[in-house]
Amino acid sequence: MSGLSDDDLRRIARLSRLALGDDQVGPCRERLSAVLGYVERLHGLDLSGVEPLVHVGDQTNRLAADEAGQTLGNDVLMRMAPERLEPFVKVPKVIDEGAGA
Amino acid sequence: MGVVEVREAVLSRRVTAREVAKAALGRLAAHADRLGLLTQPLTDRALEQAAEVDSRLASQSGDEARSRLPLAGVPIVVKDNLCTSFGRTTCASRMLEGYESPYSATAVARLLERGAVVLGKANLDEFAMGSSGEHSALGPTRNPWDPSRVPGGSSSGSAAAVAARCAAAALGSDTGGSIRQPAGHCGVVGLKPTYGRVSRYGLVAFASSLDQVGPLARSVEDAAAILDAISGVDPHDATSADRPHTDTLASIGTPVEGLTLGVPRQARGPGNHPQTARVFEQAVETFRGLGARVVDVDLPTIEHAIAAYYIVATAEASSNLARFDGVRYGRRAALGPDDGLDDLYSRSRSEGFGPEVRRRIMLGTHVLSSGYYQAYYATALKARRLVQRDFDRCFAAGCHAVLMPSSPGPAFRLGEKTSDPLAMYLEDVYTVGVNLAGLPGVSVPAGFARVDGVELPVGVQLIARAFDEGTLLRAARMFELANPAGRRAPP
Repeated sequence: MSGLSDDDLRRIARLSRLALGDDQVGPCRERLSAVLGYVERLHGLDLSGVEPLVHVGDQTNRLAADEAGQTLGNDVLMRMAPERLEPFVKVPKVIDEGAGA
Repeated sequence: MGVVEVREAVLSRRVTAREVAKAALGRLAAHADRLGLLTQPLTDRALEQAAEVDSRLASQSGDEARSRLPLAGVPIVVKDNLCTSFGRTTCASRMLEGYESPYSATAVARLLERGAVVLGKANLDEFAMGSSGEHSALGPTRNPWDPSRVPGGSSSGSAAAVAARCAAAALGSDTGGSIRQPAGHCGVVGLKPTYGRVSRYGLVAFASSLDQVGPLARSVEDAAAILDAISGVDPHDATSADRPHTDTLASIGTPVEGLTLGVPRQARGPGNHPQTARVFEQAVETFRGLGARVVDVDLPTIEHAIAAYYIVATAEASSNLARFDGVRYGRRAALGPDDGLDDLYSRSRSEGFGPEVRRRIMLGTHVLSSGYYQAYYATALKARRLVQRDFDRCFAAGCHAVLMPSSPGPAFRLGEKTSDPLAMYLEDVYTVGVNLAGLPGVSVPAGFARVDGVELPVGVQLIARAFDEGTLLRAARMFELANPAGRRAPP
């Protein structure tokens, strides 16, 4: 399970939204495979009937009082955006013009 | 001067907060670049904060000031993954190079309210991912005991600044050992509070179910003073525990009656450096000399804790760091006319994140992806349950605390482990289990290893029941008082 192929690496990079140059695939695969090989040891544990522990905290919802409070204004948040076309945050085109509606 | 000393001197008006800040800033300026302590000094801002403390003091009676300004004039540094509404918050990453947070983390805000003065933002491994302080886009932090060695990480600048006596205390964050391990390597006290004890609001998230903010300081007493200031429920963090502020400082000098310490057989692992092993045995003897009952305990799953940790932590990181996409804040790559939204995401992220952060995002993405989730992530969560049960058994058997080394060996040389991520991860073998189980742990200076003619600090770690920082710190204080040699400053 721990041996990753170059294609696995490209799939993981795509899912991670990280660009991975061809020269980076090999070294990256080796390092990730080494870590995955190490974590295989978990399969040596007897985990039958063990409940997963996702979070140690009190997992009940806490309701806040229904009161208006101060929040950060739009202007403050918009100032952080690297590119904007007020009142919007600007992103590259996502719909291909030729593709129709 | 340490936290309590500064507080007393300022409250009794023997010295002003501004005088303390000036002296601390002078010392910081002399060492910050040499040791890579900071991502950003906040000199002017610190002097303003100090002047404000002085003016608040002038308008208050002695008793009023003592209760409202318990950290009057205390000069601190803050790990740069904690948001501050002043200066920049960079996580030592190109991704957040010029980022200015519109608000301060709750832990920072509480320190400021109580009179502390922030001298600067401390260097760290990028996004708190690392165990050496070398994974910073601004360059590494160096160990004040031997600048050719690492200070540990990821709260590298926080630990080194306190050790170099450039700040009375520091805030760090601990996801798998990032406060305790550098505290051990630098010869200072480092406390990871119980999960939920301190608000995570304004801490840039790495692994949300493991992250916790805590203090690094010169003494257990000083760490207690900082904990008492930052702890307590926070409406901004739904995972902060609904418990009042701790009041650990008031009883810190009271020894734990009938102290029972569990020493796991796994704490004496073959991977320990011989000098770490020697200091650890001396610490056990010191506790015996204090009248503690030392019992053998077993943490059978602890040797699987690293594996479970690096699955859980990277899975959570891959999700948490998805927010850095070049759209709303942070780095945005320059695009060509034909580039689309996916190019914006992947190029901004590849330019912004350093190699270790990219590696962890990819690992976390993989263990959560279709076909691998059960084999990795679900398995790790079950192992996490077993780690928690191991500790529960020790406490159920009557242990007040469990004693372990803070790390398997003393500080290593810069570059020694950077090419082998797995070797770096194994640095955390004694610390990650505490995060998986959500317990409080404190690293206390215990002695010195002599390596290549240099003395390097060695820490030991005490671990207690959830929300029992009171007992934890009292036991740590007993040890500290019995072992004053551990509190030396670097040459």
